[in-house]
Amino acid sequence: MTFKGRDIVSIRDFTKKDLLHILERSKEMEVDKPDLLAGKILSVLFFEPSTRTRLSFESAMCRLGGKVIGFSDEKVSSVRKGETIWDTVKMADRYSDVIVIRSPIEGSARLAAEAASVPVINGGDGANQHPTQTLLDLYTIQKAKKKLNGLKIGFLGDLKYGRTVHSLAIALSHWKVDLYFIAPDALQMPDQYLKDLREKGIKCIQASDVFAVSEELDVLYVTRIQQERFPDPMEYERYKNAYRLDRSLLEHVKKDMKIMHPLPRVGEISPELDESMHAVYFEQAGNGVTVRKALLALVLGR
Amino acid sequence: MEIKERKVPAIKDGTVIDHIPSRETFRIMRILNPQEFEHPISVTLNLYSKKIGKKGVIKIDNRFLTKSEVDKIAILAPKATVSIIKDYKIQKKIQVKLPRELLGIINCSNPVCVTNREEVRTAFKVVREDPLEVKCLYCEKVYAKDEIEIKRK
Repeated sequence: MTFKGRDIVSIRDFTKKDLLHILERSKEMEVDKPDLLAGKILSVLFFEPSTRTRLSFESAMCRLGGKVIGFSDEKVSSVRKGETIWDTVKMADRYSDVIVIRSPIEGSARLAAEAASVPVINGGDGANQHPTQTLLDLYTIQKAKKKLNGLKIGFLGDLKYGRTVHSLAIALSHWKVDLYFIAPDALQMPDQYLKDLREKGIKCIQASDVFAVSEELDVLYVTRIQQERFPDPMEYERYKNAYRLDRSLLEHVKKDMKIMHPLPRVGEISPELDESMHAVYFEQAGNGVTVRKALLALVLGR
Repeated sequence: MEIKERKVPAIKDGTVIDHIPSRETFRIMRILNPQEFEHPISVTLNLYSKKIGKKGVIKIDNRFLTKSEVDKIAILAPKATVSIIKDYKIQKKIQVKLPRELLGIINCSNPVCVTNREEVRTAFKVVREDPLEVKCLYCEKVYAKDEIEIKRK
């Protein structure tokens, strides 16, 4: 299988075979390969701020011996002067061997891939896609549980607007998993996703109380509840506390259950859980570098 | 004596669009930008059709449709036929067919889609034909038939 020259735009572009190949290459990247991408240049075109995605891409490129150019705030780029994404990418195409783009404009990564002759990796395009996050989530689950088939995976938080949840559920639907969607009605998983998942034979269970299902779960994937989604601030206060996890949860979970979070968290998980054997969210962030190393190497044909 | 009633006037040269669901007839009229042409156009609604129930027929004098106009008709009226009339005779009759990809003929209704921010030809994939659902190939939003915004030009 060759990934050389391929764009990484949407998780929907990947077959199960592709995903397995990426997971396999990621595992190999746990070992240092300091010269693998020597002489290669990565353009980082970030039209909105981001901490983890940008730093982990830059770290991944540096760890493989490559170099990084770019910007992480459109105010310092000529986009501020009115330059289009298309033109900016056309330029970066000539300056580098691979491009990572992040923008709040949905579909911008697909457009960038059309503009560039070098491979383009989507670092998040608004509410649409963030495929490298999904791949590192998948890798984290596989690494923590040593398998993907047969797992019972719970999603907790804002399932309605959370793109990480939508994309990960789609990726997981290639395996035989049971998915639990735990959220208040107003933030439940959209019907369209439930329909698609069920058509693929995935058992989907919806719940509003985490304690009602926590004992069954192998993995609990927590996301942030965003205050701006609530028309009524009182309602937000109510939900915010209802979905705050602390040590009391641990009495109601399997002893090898793992808690994940794409970060940043704003109170969904109490810091008192950080040191527990269940918490893998910082490892998950660390896996971002490993998986992005694999993707950079793959698209550059190394 | 049996009187054969002609419900829609015949045209000498032009186009007849038939088998349009009645409720979609005016949406199709809008696509054709009738105000920009001089020749007569006649619209008939609520004719009986065995195939689709109440149907509409549009007859356009002295004008022939472009490929993109025919594709737009296929979105709203998948069972429509388009006949080309020359000297009162049907010279060619085609059944419209929805292409697998709709390029540059519909707008994406998502305000933060890149197709609404930069000069890009829109591209949609037909994900389901009946009931119709199309997906923007850029922002990946899916639209049902009634949500589709067809470009006027």
